[in-house]
Formats: sequence, C-alpha cells, structure tokens
Amino acid sequence: MKRIQRGRGLTLAASVAGLGLVLTACSGGDGGNASGGGGGDAEPTFDCADYEQYGDLEGTTVTVYTSIVDPEAEEQRASYAPFEECTGATIEYEGSREFEAQLPVRLEAGNAPDIAYIPQPGFLRSLVEDFPDAVQPAGEAVVENANEFYTEQWVEYGTVDGTLYATPLGANVKSFVWYSPSAFEENGYEIPTTWQELLDLTDQMVEDNPDVKPWCAGIESGDATGWPATDWLEDVVLRTAGPDVYDQWVNHEIPFDDPQIVAALEEVGGILKNEDYVNGGLGDVASIASAPWNESGNGIPDGTCHLHRAANFYQANWDEGLEVAEDGDVYAFYLPGASEDDKPLLGGGEFVTAFSDREEVQAFHAYLSSPQWANAKAEVTGQGWISANNGLDRDLLQSSIDQLSFDLLTDESYTFRFDGSDQMPGAVGTGSFWREMVSWISPGQDSETTLSNIEASWPSS
Amino acid sequence: MTAIPPTTLTDPTEVDTRKVRGLTRAEQRAIAAKGRLSSPWASGIAIVLAILWTVPTFGLLVTSVRPRSEIRSSGWWTFLQNPALTFENYSEVLFGSSTSFATFFVNSVVITLPAVVIPISLALLAAYAFAWIPFRGRELLFVAVFALQVVPIQVTLLPLLRQYVSWGLEGSFWVVWLSHSIFALPLAIYLLHNFMKDIPASLVEAARVDGAGHVTVFFRVLLPLLTPAIASFGIFQFLWVWNDLLVALVFVGGTTDVAPLTVRIAELAGTRGSQWHLLSAGAFVAMVVPLVVFLALQRYFVRGLLAGSVKG
Amino acid sequence: MDWLLQPDTTAEKLTLMVIAILLFVVVMGAILLGIDRLKRAPTWVVVLGFLGPTLLFLAFGLLYPGLRTVWNSFRDGRGRTFVGADNYVTAFTDDRFQTVLRNTALWVVLVPLLATLFGLVYAVLVDRTRFEYLAKTLIFLPMSISLVGASIIWKFVYEYKPVQGNIQQTGLLNQVLVWLGMQPQQFLQDQPWNNLFLIAVMVWIQAGFAMTVLSAAVKAIPDDIVEAARLDGLHGLGMFRYITVPSIRPALVVVVTTIAMATLKVFDIVRTMTGGNFDTSVVAYEFYVQSFTARQQGLGAALAVILFVLVIPIIAYNVRQLKLAEEIR
Repeated sequence: MKRIQRGRGLTLAASVAGLGLVLTACSGGDGGNASGGGGGDAEPTFDCADYEQYGDLEGTTVTVYTSIVDPEAEEQRASYAPFEECTGATIEYEGSREFEAQLPVRLEAGNAPDIAYIPQPGFLRSLVEDFPDAVQPAGEAVVENANEFYTEQWVEYGTVDGTLYATPLGANVKSFVWYSPSAFEENGYEIPTTWQELLDLTDQMVEDNPDVKPWCAGIESGDATGWPATDWLEDVVLRTAGPDVYDQWVNHEIPFDDPQIVAALEEVGGILKNEDYVNGGLGDVASIASAPWNESGNGIPDGTCHLHRAANFYQANWDEGLEVAEDGDVYAFYLPGASEDDKPLLGGGEFVTAFSDREEVQAFHAYLSSPQWANAKAEVTGQGWISANNGLDRDLLQSSIDQLSFDLLTDESYTFRFDGSDQMPGAVGTGSFWREMVSWISPGQDSETTLSNIEASWPSS
Repeated sequence: MTAIPPTTLTDPTEVDTRKVRGLTRAEQRAIAAKGRLSSPWASGIAIVLAILWTVPTFGLLVTSVRPRSEIRSSGWWTFLQNPALTFENYSEVLFGSSTSFATFFVNSVVITLPAVVIPISLALLAAYAFAWIPFRGRELLFVAVFALQVVPIQVTLLPLLRQYVSWGLEGSFWVVWLSHSIFALPLAIYLLHNFMKDIPASLVEAARVDGAGHVTVFFRVLLPLLTPAIASFGIFQFLWVWNDLLVALVFVGGTTDVAPLTVRIAELAGTRGSQWHLLSAGAFVAMVVPLVVFLALQRYFVRGLLAGSVKG
Repeated sequence: MDWLLQPDTTAEKLTLMVIAILLFVVVMGAILLGIDRLKRAPTWVVVLGFLGPTLLFLAFGLLYPGLRTVWNSFRDGRGRTFVGADNYVTAFTDDRFQTVLRNTALWVVLVPLLATLFGLVYAVLVDRTRFEYLAKTLIFLPMSISLVGASIIWKFVYEYKPVQGNIQQTGLLNQVLVWLGMQPQQFLQDQPWNNLFLIAVMVWIQAGFAMTVLSAAVKAIPDDIVEAARLDGLHGLGMFRYITVPSIRPALVVVVTTIAMATLKVFDIVRTMTGGNFDTSVVAYEFYVQSFTARQQGLGAALAVILFVLVIPIIAYNVRQLKLAEEIR
C-alpha cells in the first residue's frame, strides 16, 4: 500500500511542479523550450464521467517506459492526470535516452515495463519476433479505438502478422522545408509547388546572391548521426519513384540499391552535394555530416541560407524569441512533389505497446489510444506535438506549424508514408543506413556504392 | 631493505601538521638534493600543460552561463567583450525537473558511499591474501582476477539483471551497491596488491614470528601503512561511481526514488538531443562533489602512496 | 520493512546506507574474527576468509557473464543457433571492422603512453613547488568529469564554422587557427587525424590518474639515492632519465596497464563525439552498437572476446613483472 500512496504524492508533485515550470517560463519570458513555449495550461480540462468506462482502478499502478525525457516528459505526465484522478490508478513514468538499447535488456531479464512507447514499427516487429511471450496483443477496447480513430494505414504500422500490438501515440510530419517568410518577401520568392519549381527557386537564389547558399543541412546527432539524411532520401524516393516503389523498397521486395533508388539518391545529391547549393553558414558539402542537425537551420534567421528541410518538430530548436508563423520569422512549406497533384507525405510517430494484460494496463492503453488522451495531451503541450488520432481537436494545437502538420496528415489528397528507416530491421534502419549516408556525404562515397553497402548489410533472416 | 625508522610510519594527520609547520630539515635537504628540472624550460612546460588541461573546462564554465543563442553564434572567449550572463541553464538543471534536485543528489551519495567502502575493503583483504599468504595456485588466481578487468561491463548487465529480477531486488539500492562492488574489484585488487607487495617482507615476517595471525598482521601492520593508497584508490572509485550512468540506468532505471544525479544530467540533452547547452551547466553541478572530495583527500597522498618511505 | 527495499525519504535512504555498510562490516568482521580465533587454522581456511567473498562476487558478476559471452560469440544474432566462427570471420574480414581494429590499436598504444608521459613529466615538474596543490588539482580536474561530459567539452573545442560573411568561430581550436591566419578545419571529420583528436580527449582525462599515482611514487624515491646521483653529477634530464624513471618503474607499469585497460573499454567518447563515423570507431563502441543497437548479439560477443584477446599481451607483461618482483623479494 505504501508504494501506491507514495506514487500518488509523486504525481501530484509532478503536476504542481509542471505548473510551476510553466509559470516561471512565462514570467521569465524565455518561451524557448518546448514545455513553456505556447504557455499551455498545465492541467487539462476533464469530466470524470467520461472516464467511467475504464472502471475503478484504485490502488493499481501502471509503469510506463519511453524514450521521451524532460521537458517533453513533463507534458506526458501531465496528460495522464485525468486518467489517474478519475480511475485512481497511478502511472509511474520513466523516460530514458537509452530506451532502445535498454528495453530488450529488460525484456530479456524478465523486467518488462507495463507499457512502452516504441518509436519505430521495425523495432516493434523485432520485439514481437524476439519476445513473443512478452509483447501483449492489444485488448478489445484498444482494437476498437484503433479502428475507430486511426486510418487503416496507421493501424497497420502497429500490426505484426495480422495481430494488433501497438497503437499510435504521437505523430510527426517530415516533408517540410523551413524558410524565412520575411526573407522570401524581401527577395520576391514564391513558395514552390512542384519539385522543379523548388530547384528553379534554388538556382534563382544562387543567382541573386552567390554568398548566401540556398540550403543548409546537418545530420550530426550523436550516435544516431545520419538519420536526417535518410529522411531526405525517403522523401525523394516518394517523389521520383512513387509510393508503391517506396513500399517495395522499405519491405525489401526490391533490392536496397535498385536503380530507381540510386536515381533518387542522385537527385538528393543534386542538392546536398552541390557546392553551389550548400551548406549555408555551416561550410562545404562535408560539413553536413558534422553539423548538429538541431542547429543546422539557424542559417535561416541568421541570413546565411534560405531553405532547411526538417520535420515539424524542428520548431523546438529555433532560438528563443523567433516567431514560428506564416507571417513570422520562420515557417515551413510542404516539400513539393513532382507535380502539383502529386502529394506524398513522409512522417513518423511512436507506438504504445503493452507487456501486461492486467486490467489497469489495458485500460490505460485504451486511454492512450482514445481522443480523450490526444486532446488532453494537446492541451498541456505548448508546441511540437500532434497525433494522427482523428478525434483530436485541431483548435487545441497551439502552434500554427502543428496545425498545418495535422491538416496535412488528415487531408486525404496527401499520400502518407511512414518513415522507411523506422520500418526496416534495426541493423539497417538504425545502423548501416545512417552510417552509409554519412559516408555518402562526408568522404563523398558515390550513390551506388552507398546503396549496395546497405543492401549487403540487410540481415538474411 | 632498510628497516623503517618508526617516525616515518606516520599517520596522515601527522604528515599534515608537519606540512603546516613547514618543511623539516630532512625535507629541505631532499629538495636541495633532488636536482629537479628547475630550469625556465621546466616551468614553461608545466605552465603550458596546466593551461592545456584547464582551458577546455574553463571554456565550458563560461559557456554554462551564456544564453543559448550566444553559445552558438560566438566563442566563449568573446564573453568579456559581450558579457551576456544568464543563470537560466543552471536553474533548468537544478529546478527543471518534477523531482527535486536534492533527491537525485541524496541518491548519488547513498549509492556512492557503500559502493566505495565495500569493494575497497574486500579488495584489501584479497590483495593481502595474494601478497602475503602463500598458497597453491596463488599466482594463477591473481592473474585470473587481474584479467577479469577486461570483461566489459555491458556483457554482464543482462545476466546480472536477470538474477536480480529473480531475487526481486531490481530497482533497489542493494543491487547497485553489489554491481559497483563487483565491477570495481579486479582493478582495486590489482592496484592495492601492487602497493601491498612493496611493503618490506621483514616487517610482515617480524610480526609473524611474534605469533601474530594473518588477521592481526593485516590490521596492525599493513592497514596503517596503506592509508594513503586507500585514500587515493578511494578517490578514483568514488569518481567512477559518482560519474557512472550505465550501471544506474540498467539496474535502477530512471525511477526517481533511486536514480542518481547522472541520470538526471543525461536527460538534460532532451528527447532529441537538442538541449546540449544545458549539459554545460549540468556537468559543472555534477563536478562539485568530486572536486571537494579530491581536495579533501589530496593531503593523504601528497607524500606518497605508502606512508613513509618504505623502499630502499 | 518495506523501506529496506524501497526507501522513500532521505532519512530512510541514509539509514539504509549506514545499515548496508554496517552489515558488510559485521559479516566480514565475523569471518575474520573466526579465522583469528582458530589459532591453528589450515592455510586454506585463512585464504578462504580473505578471498572467499571476493571470489564469489567475481565469479557471479564477471566470470560467469564473461564465459557466457564467449559462448554467445559462436551463436547467431539472437543467440539461438550455433554458427561456428562466422562472427569472428566477419569481425576480421569486413573492411569496416579492419578499420575498427586498427583504430583500437592506435588508441591502446597512444593513450597509455601519452597520458603517462604527460602525467609523469608534470608530476616531476611540480613536485615540491609552492603551487603543487593547485597545479595538481588543475590536472586532476578532468578526472572528475564524466566521460560524456568530457566529450562535450571537447566537442566545443573542436567546433567548426566556415569562413562565410560574419560567421565567427565558436570552437577554440579553430579560432586559434584563424588567429594564426590559417583556415579552420573540421577536426572530427578529416581522416586519419580525427582519431588523434579523439584520443586527445582520453589522454586529457587519464593524465590526472597517471599524475596522481606517479607523483606519489616520485615522492617515495629515497633521498639517499637522489643525493648519491647528484654527487655523481646528474642533473635535470639526466636525473629524470637515470634516477627518477627507473626508481618508479613498478608504478609506471601499474599506470600504463590500468590506463590501457580503461582505454580498451571506453566507448563514450567515440559515441558522443562522432558516433563511430568518419572511420573513428573502436572495438568497444562497435561491440556496444552490435549488441544493443543492431541487436547482433553474436557479433557483439565476438568483438568483446577480441577485446579480451587484445589484453593478453598486457596481462603477460604484468605476469612477468610479477615474477621478477617475486624473485627480488
């Protein structure tokens, strides 16, 4: 009993501290980090009548293990408050940057958390294969929620061999190009609506001012260095080869170094390996490999580059005081397709998996897959969070780029595809793909060698 | 092997008072006699080394009080020209979590002390056995223990965690203490054995002839001589445990009840590693205690790892 | 008695800590007291008393996992089927692993030598000077920073900004180059020098360890030896070369060995600074990646075993030293 009471106290302390954080953030006028950004309410509004379906869970505890750490973890904890308060359950949250390395260790040791947020469908698949007894198929209520509030495609990402194991939690949109609306206005640049227009605009920029490189990019990210480059390739494969080829490529039905993929990588190289186009404010082509991805867009407000391809979550990285809005200091446009009607959309997200079928765990899983939670989360999040849940109230999203992301996600004219590297086996998706893209950029390894090296590393089983 | 004059078998406090009183005649003579590299070249090299070793840390210290936008746009050495000062990084480190900073701090202390005391005590006993108790297979066993140093901690995590889970002890201080003790033992035994065997055999033998058992010899003769060595290894072990992230992460996880400071500091980088500027402040907060410990214990080994000059 | 496992308050935690230490002292005390009481205890009982708990710990926590790793190194990625020496073949033939092995050799040679050299020179230079305390503290400083913290510090030092418009250098080393009128360099990227810049970080950290131990050894050099050498006309470098270094030989062996062992195992520096890219990976990091990120446990285990094999020369050298010391005694 004692542990439970302590847990309750902790949660209360967490929400109080969360409140305090927002208050100091506002009064201090920093507004820079994701938690304080939009000045969202620390407590979501709710009515316990809506939570009766989850039953009385007084005295139970659910442990959650994720890769999300502070300050975002604070928002996660705050979003569980209604569930905890109305059902009486306690959620013990633990976030770690070593999550992906540690989760398999815990599972193997028999020390599984009740619930984990898996950032990649490929990782989920390997967990189900390696630990078939640990990963629990989703319960009835969860399956219902998944089918009701998510498109078939999103449900599919959490499904392994026909069984639903995981439901989507957060989502992100990667097909964005960040730019400075004021710089565009000054120079009379128009937002491109096709890939060719984007290339023309780039040439135009070089012509107008050879000192300012049009693009800036950085793919350094500690031991995950290289991932932003994989997103580049995926986005371009979707545009030059199309979503069907993309699916075959991701599922390894065609070789990784298929000629169409080589062509796509050459297209990427047309921008990233072109000394005239890169790397504004950061150096030469090779500097892309060592520029920290989260600082590589700073050339836009600094005036040393114009374009930076990055996901909606890049907004958390802009300096304090920059306004992220269509008429503000920085904003993003959709990375255009081959034609105006061709609108592929690359995105990602994380997935909730349960490792226990206890009543309270299943109830919490159901809560996390419901619009109730999505809206509670939106309420406590300042900026930088969206979900593919169709019950999410768009008005609760507090940043315009989040709203735009949500619009694109729910707009049926866009063809959504999930981040390919996240779906590939770990040895490729979080290994050779990253590594070889770094070699492709830095010592200038050619496209074919790069892709065939990755092909060679694809696990045989 | 000269016999040791009793006065040089001093305890550390006496060493210290002597230091305060000023140098004894013998020491002054020693300084005069040592004929050190006391040329301008020597001083120059020492100063260059000191600067090389200090400047990066100093840069980090300056960085830790600069705002994020300044950090990325200009070097810390421009700080004096443009002194934009902020303690926001520190306030985020100290107060930015839902759990009070003091909790992590207390956890670190609670984890570290037993994880220093236990392995050193065990290692001292083991080193004594390897150095002074003749038994069959002694050398082989010593080499085996020494070689265990190379087993990477990572390969032990899974088997250990599985065992702890089956004992129902995972996530408690007990397993962290146990794990740290295990990991420290090979190196501790190796280092302490080296100091231990430098002690003149005549001393040990004299005590043995007087009828003292091994336990008595260990406590009465060896321990007092080894105080400085124990203090210095104590510092290293303290640093390793204090700065450890891996063991804490695996065996206690990030649950705030038991997680040490390093877990909190590691989190500062943010989910996507975008908050590196906070780490500069975090690194300094974490450094304070080890530095205090070093300064407090420095006097113990300033005169040598064995109390008194026992060689010769 | 819940709090013995899950203490809540600071008081409970501190009490638990004291209890743990006391418990340890009481148990060990009882064992030793028991041995002491048995006046005619056979040697093996005494040895067991002194060594028993340690060996138990080591067998459980290091030996068994180590042997399991050897076993796993002959099995596939998930440890299910026997694959013979496949993992070793991969580790020795793959181009990438060749680079990794070469880098590791570079690390394990350079780090102990340089760290010991700097530590020793510094220890001798500041020995018994007025600023000894302060001077030693400065070199010791990096020891008190975690490896990740140190890596971050040096990442700042190596930072690169291009020559473009008003952009200023933010990395000290590049700023120095610019002040000297040279082009800024991408230190962590330019092969093969980038390995040396990573190695510098480890040298920077370990020199404090070398300095501390060697300084103590230098102080233990008997005065009469020094004085005799002086009378023979040895000064400065001659004294260093012919008296200081030979006198502290055992300590030098210990320091080099310890640093070499630590160097073989270190992976945080590579991980934080380059993520193993630009041909900078080392065996310890690759082992971590294969075991935990790529989930190729067999290959990871094989790399760990290779790490072990790399240490054999160091062990052999130490055994020789041990034998020599025994003979002298």
